[in-house]
Amino acid sequence: MNAKNTAIEVEGLGKRYRIGLKEERHEHLASALIDAIKSPIKNYREHRSAYDFRDIGANNMFQESAGVIWPLKNISFDVFQGEAVGIVGRNGAGKSTLLKILSKITPPTTGEIRLRGRVSSLLEVGTGFHQELTGRENVYLNGTILGMRKREVDRKFDQIVEFSGVEKFLDTPVKRYSSGMRVRLAFAVSAHLEPDILIIDEVLAVGDAEFQRKCLDKMQDVGQEGRTVLFVSHNMNAISRLCERVILLEGGRVAMNGPAHDVISQYLSSGAGLLAERTWDDIDTAPGRDVVRVWSIRAKAEDGQVRRWMDMRKPIAIEMEYEVLEGGHGLMTFFKVVNDEGVTICTTIDESSVWHDRPRLPGRYISRVWIPGDLLNEGLIYITPVIRDQRTRFRYFHMREAIGFQIINTPHKNWNEVGAVTSIGGIIRPRFNWEVEFDPGKQRKNAVV
Amino acid sequence: MTVIKPPSRWELIDFKELWAYRDLFWSMVSRSIKVQYAQTILGLSWAIINPFVQIILFSVIFGKVAKVPTDGIPYILFSTVAVIPWTYMSQGMTLSSQSLVTGHTMLGKVYFPRLIFPLTPIFANLVNFAISLLLLVAIMIYYQVSPTWALIYLPFFILLMIAVPAGIGMYSSAFAIRYRDVKYAMPFVISLLVYTAPILYSASTIPSDYRMLYSLNPLVAVIEGFRACLLGMPIVWKYILPGTITAAFLLLGGALYFRRMEKVFVDVL
Repeated sequence: MNAKNTAIEVEGLGKRYRIGLKEERHEHLASALIDAIKSPIKNYREHRSAYDFRDIGANNMFQESAGVIWPLKNISFDVFQGEAVGIVGRNGAGKSTLLKILSKITPPTTGEIRLRGRVSSLLEVGTGFHQELTGRENVYLNGTILGMRKREVDRKFDQIVEFSGVEKFLDTPVKRYSSGMRVRLAFAVSAHLEPDILIIDEVLAVGDAEFQRKCLDKMQDVGQEGRTVLFVSHNMNAISRLCERVILLEGGRVAMNGPAHDVISQYLSSGAGLLAERTWDDIDTAPGRDVVRVWSIRAKAEDGQVRRWMDMRKPIAIEMEYEVLEGGHGLMTFFKVVNDEGVTICTTIDESSVWHDRPRLPGRYISRVWIPGDLLNEGLIYITPVIRDQRTRFRYFHMREAIGFQIINTPHKNWNEVGAVTSIGGIIRPRFNWEVEFDPGKQRKNAVV
Repeated sequence: MTVIKPPSRWELIDFKELWAYRDLFWSMVSRSIKVQYAQTILGLSWAIINPFVQIILFSVIFGKVAKVPTDGIPYILFSTVAVIPWTYMSQGMTLSSQSLVTGHTMLGKVYFPRLIFPLTPIFANLVNFAISLLLLVAIMIYYQVSPTWALIYLPFFILLMIAVPAGIGMYSSAFAIRYRDVKYAMPFVISLLVYTAPILYSASTIPSDYRMLYSLNPLVAVIEGFRACLLGMPIVWKYILPGTITAAFLLLGGALYFRRMEKVFVDVL
């Protein structure tokens, strides 16, 4: 095969959203009608602007203005056949928008992509799985949704089932499966796609570690069979194992494009992947819904300083500042604590503050939790903040890995302390109390005391 | 080679693409058939119970109490031939209009022709229709009505019966993505639509001056067609044709509107 054949050509790709449109979207026909009567022309233009981009002249191309954002600005890159390329970048860098465009889920505003060969994209495992259907039925459903023909699923059915390890429950409705089984079955289907080009989002951040490894290996096989793989992940280990080349996105542009090792180390050392604090200035564009919007999220050290480096032994405060715009809703706030391998170390839910089960009054709140010292192990820690409705569980706010910090192991004064300086394995690193019982018994005569 | 480009403004259905996704279409249809009566005791018999209860209700109220003229046909028979296609169309419209909203999680995660969403319930619901035909056959046997040569036109009217909710479904599902009002409006729109077609009454009660205007309603064409085919009455094409033309426009317009809106579905969700 000629390695110089391009499989994916991306040229001048841009995507524009009008957040104004989202804000003023009318949930009810009545309000839309009133508006339509009030200002028919403005309304028409606004609605049309979501899909009509003729008003973008050459001058204001990629320019952000009030209500207009460009998650992707003039992106160009090529991927050769048989190459595995990783895409990294912090939240909001444009990764997921790029994925959505490559997967044809949303069209680009400018530019063009040329893809040579059959494309499969995995933005999720188990898309279309239905609780009431049996495992067997779901394999067919999911397979065809991912672009397989029915006879292809027929052919691979036994392999898929074997890979998933749920043979015994094939004719049981999926609702009776454990979540692990469901994920394994779903992933087994995805792993048996045979596209020329495979586009993968962080679907690997599911399932148990052993199964993740199995999937990674399977993905590697995919790469070795001469397929082109485009892989988006936060998991740097997975990226460096799978990809020879990595593209770093920053602010909707390609910031770096080169050998995996170079880009990853640049990305990690610059701290580009880490943001210990996020703030929003404008309540109208701040993330959240009409009930609650978030002003800021930050990680603070014991001394109250926002820091990207945290002492392993000291407590860390995670703070979220938000504004309740519509009173009367009980809010469930929680933080997911995730490490750089995508493993959720723990989820901490507010069950103790005075507001945890009380309907909120409109106003500004700060929710803070202290993660004790001597709990998290060295490495990168990301925080995923979530706000849900206490009653309906509706998710008002969710931002995957919104902030992150590095836990470092500082040498302790007491050098004799075991494990004070060396790294030790484990997801967490608590300090438990040890006891040693000693019984001198009958001492041997020549024992060294 | 696949090329992804900014969308052009108006596009018609991409039949080639739809054909390439035919297996998926079939999976989606069979999924909704299988799921429909999951965890019900009566299962598929709901497909008969539903229209049957309606027929009994209509027969008592409009046949016995109000004594609506039916051109000499027993009221039960008269309403059965109309209620069965009507049930299909009303269910199709309701399910189809909600198809994108209920499937929105899939919308953001995977691409396949979006048109499959509103069309799935239209085709899946044909199973219910086929089962409810058994009820029709039973009632026809009871009244000893034997089909005539006019039955050969039935497939045409079945196609028309599919086209009407398909057209409306494409419009309303695309509309429902932005305006959730559709969900609440649909039940009463449907309960009003019953009266716009000769389901409970005979079309011959419409003054002849207004008959052409009345026939523009595609539901009229379907119901009149079913009644004529099955009960062996003459098919009056001049009252069928206007509704057929409306249905064709609905289908075409629905497809155009849907294709135009599908590009922004994900962005406005």
